[in-house]
Amino acid sequence: MLEPDGNGGLTSQPISTNGSPKIGVYVCHCGLNIAGKVDVKAVVEFASTLPNVAVARDYKFMCSDPGQELIEKDLREGLINRVVVASCSPLMHEATFRRATAVGGQSPFYFQMASIREQVSWVVADGEDATDKAKALVAGAVRRVALHEYLEPRRADVHADVMIVGGGIAGIHAALTMAEAGKHVFLVERESTIGGHMAKFDKTFPTLDCAACILTPKMSQVRSHPNITLWTYSDVVGVEGYTGDFTVRVRHRPRYVKEELCTGCLECIEKCIHKQGKFADEWNEGLSKRKPIYIPFPQATPAVVDVDPEACIWFKTGKCPRTCIEACERDAFDFEQTETFDEVKVGAIVLATGFKAFDAARMPEYGYGLYPNVYTSLEIERLLNAAGPTGGEVVLRDGSHPKVVGIIHCVGSRDAKHNLWCSKVCCMYSLKLAHMVKERTGAEVYNFYIDMRTPGKGYEEFYDKILKEGVHMVRGRVAGVTDEAASPEEEGRLVIRAEDTLIGSVRRIPVDLVILAVGIEPQPDAQDVRRTFNISTGVEGFFTERHPKLAPVSTFTDGVFLAGACQGPKDIPETVAQAGAAAAEALAMVDRGFVMLEANTAFIDEAACSGCKTCVGLCPFSAIGFDEERQKAAVNEVVCKGCGVCVGACPSGAAQQHLFTDAQIFAEIEGVLAYV
Amino acid sequence: MTATRYTYYPGCSGKGVGRAYEESLLTVFEHLGAGLDELDDWNCCGATAWPSVDEDQANALAARNLALTEQRTPGAGPVDLVAACTGCYRALVRAEHVLGERGPAAQKIGGGLASIGLDYEGRARARHPLDILVNEIGLDAISAAVVRPLTGLKVASYYGCLLVRPFATFDDQWNPTSMDRLVAAIGAEPVDWPLKTRCCGGSCYCGGPVIGVMPEATMQLSYALLREATKRGAEMIVTICPLCQFNMEGFQDRMSKRFNHPLDVPVAFISQLVGIALGIDEKALGIKRLLRWRLPERDPIAAGVGSAAEGGGDARA
Repeated sequence: MLEPDGNGGLTSQPISTNGSPKIGVYVCHCGLNIAGKVDVKAVVEFASTLPNVAVARDYKFMCSDPGQELIEKDLREGLINRVVVASCSPLMHEATFRRATAVGGQSPFYFQMASIREQVSWVVADGEDATDKAKALVAGAVRRVALHEYLEPRRADVHADVMIVGGGIAGIHAALTMAEAGKHVFLVERESTIGGHMAKFDKTFPTLDCAACILTPKMSQVRSHPNITLWTYSDVVGVEGYTGDFTVRVRHRPRYVKEELCTGCLECIEKCIHKQGKFADEWNEGLSKRKPIYIPFPQATPAVVDVDPEACIWFKTGKCPRTCIEACERDAFDFEQTETFDEVKVGAIVLATGFKAFDAARMPEYGYGLYPNVYTSLEIERLLNAAGPTGGEVVLRDGSHPKVVGIIHCVGSRDAKHNLWCSKVCCMYSLKLAHMVKERTGAEVYNFYIDMRTPGKGYEEFYDKILKEGVHMVRGRVAGVTDEAASPEEEGRLVIRAEDTLIGSVRRIPVDLVILAVGIEPQPDAQDVRRTFNISTGVEGFFTERHPKLAPVSTFTDGVFLAGACQGPKDIPETVAQAGAAAAEALAMVDRGFVMLEANTAFIDEAACSGCKTCVGLCPFSAIGFDEERQKAAVNEVVCKGCGVCVGACPSGAAQQHLFTDAQIFAEIEGVLAYV
Repeated sequence: MTATRYTYYPGCSGKGVGRAYEESLLTVFEHLGAGLDELDDWNCCGATAWPSVDEDQANALAARNLALTEQRTPGAGPVDLVAACTGCYRALVRAEHVLGERGPAAQKIGGGLASIGLDYEGRARARHPLDILVNEIGLDAISAAVVRPLTGLKVASYYGCLLVRPFATFDDQWNPTSMDRLVAAIGAEPVDWPLKTRCCGGSCYCGGPVIGVMPEATMQLSYALLREATKRGAEMIVTICPLCQFNMEGFQDRMSKRFNHPLDVPVAFISQLVGIALGIDEKALGIKRLLRWRLPERDPIAAGVGSAAEGGGDARA
């Protein structure tokens, strides 16, 4: 994508649209990135012998100001009218050099890039081979650019509204940022409440401030903000369109309660025919029971009850006095509710779909699911939460209090058998849990860690504080948790077996409660989301940012941005920072009101068109019309997105695409092959 | 019930310390209509200390047995080689992996095989008899053949370290259950315990008598198993490894003294216990070769249906 700039370089008029090609070739050293492997001088010398090449130069950093100035000067002085830069990848600097070409007075599309860093110096082992390959790529680019035509950049309007997918802390923060800037935000959350994982925590590290106190005000702000349309119990089922002009289809699942009428008085829950909760409460990680009609937690946003049709007697049997309906003064129930759909147009989308905790049952050696008193960290978060199933008390399954607690770090993380990555948050939250469990129960707490990783503002200090509180730290990966008692003091308890690598021996530590510090994984449906929004994921399944350093919240699909742990493990401060960045970048796009697009639209060579209409039906953007009188297809270039489907499908080769004409592609191939 | 015949690899233990294992396996398989035919001219599996000295040589030994199996059963389809000892089984599976990777080691071994006129095509695969019993012959068929259900007998299944590690081929790596299911299929009661795959100490031996090289370490390890199994009510331990069986059964007197904890629990091969349930004569199951064997005096076991004539249980208390 061609980024517009502030200096109007792109829109300057070309000084020449014809004339025989005079090509300038610029070979970049990229410091030693390229020059350390490729013989740059030899490539320049070679380039100067190629047809139509008028100037061939090398420079240490072509992307720098003086580097660009070389190109601009040669263009201005009329030495050249087309440009080839052999350097990094188009993703990195195509926009930079196109801009330089435009500043020099030519159409930016009289430019071609040869990737001799990513495709050559970084991947070819032998220097001579690398130099040869660089020459071949330069030769291909020179032949191709000679056939480039005069094109003008296109401009497309950007819709002013934005969509955020996911209502955790990332989505909430991004939504509020953009809504405050005056943009209308559609916030789509698939659960019945926003808040995400953060809403389940009691306190947050390293400040130990109450999670609810900092989160719930933001949640209610989302609910009441005039610029935010909040859709819970909803998911995105389809995305069509293009940068700045997306059409998003959202499905609203039935909750059997009219959201606009329910006030969250909870009378219906009280009056439900089930006197006691009977069904595992998902919000409490199954540690408590709820009724078929329920609200996840008192501060749920929206404060609307949900009916679980899997559990509700009415849905199961059709026979129930439905005391809930009687109890409702607002007449909010609607047992006939079905799925509904909305379709909205937005200019930008922020994905904040979050993460999933590692399933501890995948490591049977730690006994989760086998021994009742082995808990995951999320379960302990719920127990510690004042609004949780025990009102904040940490108790064993039999209700008694633990005297010794073991926290096992890195469960599922840094493990060749499961996830290779460090989940980044577990060391800190394990220290937080150690502190809170000790505070609430007075128990001895052991932390079993591989390495302590506490980079972050105030984090190392927090670690130090926890150490001084007398939490035991054992350095070594835990081998297993067992109920096999090897001594009287192990009798009836759980035994954590671990190598203590600091004292060089294997230890058996009997405990009453084991906490598994489960790691962070991509959401199980991350691949579906990836397909829906046409973005990419890394091998591990997290969404891939456009550039790990320089474009950390953008994706390869323009107009789609990332925030939070869907992009990789992150703690709350980092998530909020990234959400703010994603909001700012989305705002920059929608606020400007337009984007510049590639000039690579399709066109029909009328002489070759047989009028078969194959392309007409295939075009996903309905950009191809048909002239019945002349029996020829015609592309509407304003609507065409340059996807190339018609080009591939046309049986007679009449459908062609700017910047990808057969002549250009063949010339490039011939150029490469002539010099290999 | 399948009428398949399998190529059988006894390994050194099948002819020595695990003689009772081989006898009972052959008999039980025959009884269930699935015979075992000993591989002709088999050689050492390459387990023991060999891999520590030269991995390629160790794998070459295993590979020869696999190649012989293919030679014995020409054709294109896969062919099973049933290896009873878990050490052999693991060694053969490891060789399959090495050869399957087609790396330099596989080439070297392939060259060695070629020099003696053999070739490993990748058809032969090692199978464990427990896998065959549970997944091929099937628990239903075995249950149906039981004439002397071992109702009420509490049995702890000990899988040993190698059956599911490092290759978990047919059972769960952390909590294998196939032997427990087999124990249940013959009417006995499986004892759930966490040490199913914990080391018995048998690997602390290096060619010498099991407990001879590092007696203290070995005894500590075996004792933990016996203590935990009996604590959980096991009246018998069954296993599928000749070394584990010998190690746990043979030194109970010494352990009793060392740990001041009287131990007397029979440790049998699963095939022996299955044979008893199928009503097979004790002699054909090698029961007399065990150092401790005892079925509790309890109905209906003692008054068992099939072999009631032999007077049931206490052959060698």
